[in-house]
Amino acid sequence: MFIFVVSFLMYLLLVWSGGGIPLIEVLIALILASVTMAAFRSWHKGRKISMRGLDPKRWFGFIYYLFGPFAVGLAKANIDVAVRVITGNIRPGIIKVDPGLTSDLAKTMLADSITLTPGTLTVDVDEEGAFYIHWIYVEDENPSEEQVYGSFGHWARRLAE
Amino acid sequence: MTFLIVGILILVGLFFNTLGAFSLYRFPDVYTRLHGATKCTTFGTLFTMFAVVAYSLSKLIEKGEARFGVFIIHGAVATLVLLITNATGAHAIARAAHRSGIFPARAVVDRLEEKEEAKGGVSR
Repeated sequence: MFIFVVSFLMYLLLVWSGGGIPLIEVLIALILASVTMAAFRSWHKGRKISMRGLDPKRWFGFIYYLFGPFAVGLAKANIDVAVRVITGNIRPGIIKVDPGLTSDLAKTMLADSITLTPGTLTVDVDEEGAFYIHWIYVEDENPSEEQVYGSFGHWARRLAE
Repeated sequence: MTFLIVGILILVGLFFNTLGAFSLYRFPDVYTRLHGATKCTTFGTLFTMFAVVAYSLSKLIEKGEARFGVFIIHGAVATLVLLITNATGAHAIARAAHRSGIFPARAVVDRLEEKEEAKGGVSR
């Protein structure tokens, strides 16, 4: 049901062009939302979406994270990599970090944050939850979490665990 | 004033996009090139999107036509989708490259290869 409502509203948001929405578009939205929901159900049989994600505190926390610590990290790292492109000063390698996360959502969020930040790239996540990260300038072959991705681990634990 | 702000945003975006293209020449292997190409492009495209949003916002306040509001919504949705797909795509390419036996050039350490060798997997 959740998937149905989200995809229905998303379609209407994208076709809305300032005026009213014609009836035919609403019908198309209903059909497409039904197809999306049916596809989701057949791919993830018996999978429940947890309602914890609807907690507004988490949403505000996530928006704060996106525009606060994450944006700052992104800006710093972009300038750092821009300098490395010009000077060619690199020391690449794949290092291992274990952030100790258990939930899939937290792992996805941390891995995406790491990959979006220039200079670090998640190559693999193994069964025990250890991250293998390609780092453009290896400062330490056995680094701590803070050295590689700053406060992202703390935020992933707080928002999605 | 609007012209100045939009111009600066577009110039910053263009600068990072150029560096992203430039990094394809400068860096030695697929992983470091991914850093340059996907990351500088993200930041460049983010700033270009900010320029679109800033321009539409000023027009929306000036003229009050709903179609400028539509620009803002589409810009925001495109940015969000770009942030998710960019990270997913970069990770998928890197993982596929490592699994098919391409190892990072000039690497000082490769913990993933050590793990795969311990399991008796791919060898150089």
